[in-house]
Amino acid sequence: MFKIVRKEVLSPTLKLFDIEAPKVAKKCQAGQFIILRIDEKGERIPLTIADFDREKGTITLIFAEVGKTTQQLGQLEAGDSILDFVGPLGRASEIEKYGRVVCIGAGVGIAPVFPITRALKEAGNEVIGIAGARSKDLLFWTDEFKAQCDEFHVCTDDGTAGVKGNVTEILKKIIEEKGQVDYVICIGPIPAMKYTSLLTKPYGIKTFVSLNSIMVDGTGMCGACRVTVGDEMKFSCVDGPEFDGHLVDFDEQMRRAQIFKDEEARALAKGSCGGGGCGCH
Amino acid sequence: MSLNTVKHEMPCQDPKVRAKNFDEVALGYDKETAIAEASRCLGCKKEPCRQGCPVQVPIPQFIAKVKEGDFSGAISTIKEKNALPAVCGRVCPQEAQCEKYCVLGKKGDPVGIGRMERFVADWEREQGIKPVECAPPTGKKVAVVGSGPAGLTVAADCAQAGHKVTIFEALHVAGGVLMYGIPEFRLPKAIVQAEIENLKKMGVEIQVDAVIGAIDTVDELLENEGYDAVFIGTGAGLPYFLKIPGENLNGVYSANEFLTRTNLMKGYLFPEYDTPVKVGKKVAVLGGGNVAMDCARTALRLGAEEVYIVYRRSMEELPARVEEVHHAEEEGVIFKILTNPTKIIGNDENWVVGMECLKYELGEPDASGRRSPVAISGSEHIVDVDTVVVAIGQGPNPLVPRTTKGLETNKWGNIVASEETGLTSKPAVYAGGDVVTGAATVIKAMGAGRVAANSICELLKK
Repeated sequence: MFKIVRKEVLSPTLKLFDIEAPKVAKKCQAGQFIILRIDEKGERIPLTIADFDREKGTITLIFAEVGKTTQQLGQLEAGDSILDFVGPLGRASEIEKYGRVVCIGAGVGIAPVFPITRALKEAGNEVIGIAGARSKDLLFWTDEFKAQCDEFHVCTDDGTAGVKGNVTEILKKIIEEKGQVDYVICIGPIPAMKYTSLLTKPYGIKTFVSLNSIMVDGTGMCGACRVTVGDEMKFSCVDGPEFDGHLVDFDEQMRRAQIFKDEEARALAKGSCGGGGCGCH
Repeated sequence: MSLNTVKHEMPCQDPKVRAKNFDEVALGYDKETAIAEASRCLGCKKEPCRQGCPVQVPIPQFIAKVKEGDFSGAISTIKEKNALPAVCGRVCPQEAQCEKYCVLGKKGDPVGIGRMERFVADWEREQGIKPVECAPPTGKKVAVVGSGPAGLTVAADCAQAGHKVTIFEALHVAGGVLMYGIPEFRLPKAIVQAEIENLKKMGVEIQVDAVIGAIDTVDELLENEGYDAVFIGTGAGLPYFLKIPGENLNGVYSANEFLTRTNLMKGYLFPEYDTPVKVGKKVAVLGGGNVAMDCARTALRLGAEEVYIVYRRSMEELPARVEEVHHAEEEGVIFKILTNPTKIIGNDENWVVGMECLKYELGEPDASGRRSPVAISGSEHIVDVDTVVVAIGQGPNPLVPRTTKGLETNKWGNIVASEETGLTSKPAVYAGGDVVTGAATVIKAMGAGRVAANSICELLKK
């Protein structure tokens, strides 16, 4: 069992947990993920590591409540435990001194991009951060994120915080103003990663994205997380989760994310259907 | 004598009924049938059956005890050589091993060795399994990476020799392919867990959720964690695909994913269990091995209306066990043999709507001795399917080799280990099972585990 030692409600649908997992905390690096299972009947879901404390032995996770499992997870409190917690999985981010780097966190993607930003800063890069969300109440960790950056931008779709607009618009301005950007990492919803990659391609800027594909085991066994990168089939879990954004087939990833859409709706309806039609009775 | 030519039949669930449930298909012998089958054994002095067994179970001796009704004696005799008899009695390909060499097989059916093994193992479980006695503690520590058939065998043998054994398992439950791969209807999971509980009673510690290569490397186990030897039995856990267009369409699964969702995650009980597994009306399973048969029969049970095995050679070359093919046919699986897909066709929303195939004919024998399939030009045709399961094999999982310096692998990524000792290119590191040989059988992995365990025990004597 893995104990939740701290819970923070970032917004009604956005929660933070510090989870006691000393062995994972000792080993994990920026860019890696974990897989958890809440209880005996639960599914295994991957979550990218938002932060870690090697001394306290904790892993920080931030998740949006988008499905049955994340909703159930969000109802847990500090002191509760989850049954399974596996990691650190996937390849770590390639941290180098690139020069001038732009780190983009869109939506809940702000969480996983945070430790990567910190590592890039520690590696001696000039770091420009962009945090974007649909609306102000979905933004979080802007102070923490900003503290790792030499320059920092905030944007929201509705203009309730920072500049009104999306992360790619800000990135475009930065590229045009600075003239030279050496590396971009973007984590967020597939469209944000897709359009960031499309934007940087003509400039020839090395751009990496982190995929949150459907997975079961997370160790290369099931192949559910396959993704077309260039003309090769890759597995997000063991070959990723980070890939060259200029080579990823984002449209395919977008469609693959829909595989269990009907089942997800059914799982969400379970227990709240009042006894009819959902198949859970 | 005429009675002696026919093996006592295995009682099974009716095919029509069982094709819709996940309960075990074969029901097992009762006492009387087991004793009657045992009486068929001639008790040959030369014990030809034993040479066919990868772990050399004393077969005539255990059968003699069954004949006397001494089931306790029979199971003890098997357990001298085999730690997982309830599993082997169910999933070993006896027709290609022990039973192949049975003298009775020359004129009729061989003795039903596997069925009797299963019977006595089940009998013991009903009585409550007595753990095998272990030697006094040696103070030596053995790490076993992976809890499939190879790892469980190494754990049992080393624990019996008095070593402290810890198994590291990546998934949330021990058993490896016995849990995630082989379906409930062929190998009930409670049986696997009973065997694993027995290991725990022998003092074996099992750490689940522990991915070696991630949480600790093999080198760290040896250098920091105080293990005196490490056995790697991580299996064939990386699915192969055909590399034809359309394999990333929605509705295409690897066999591993399809079976893991169903077995390990209990997707057949969705939404009571949270993991979904989606099966359409018409399912094509690509491949002709036991895993393909498992997938096809699973698809039927999940509610598919038509299930095809698509295989490019003929029925004779199917690598699956005859019994599995027979069960699949009885349940209504349709065999599209001499057929091979060239592409999977999707609709605008990325879902599978069909599969283009070519018809094949058999040509000259190839390097494997099997007649090689040759495509018939102009035979392109569309098979109407909405789900495709790719069951053409698995490669070795890369996590351990990738993180272990100096561990030699071959060009397919399999760990190189001596057949005689199980030793790898690193001192005190042994390997066996599918990660060395490529996908094979449960019992072969157990045989390799036995070899490695013997070497480990030799090493630790020094």
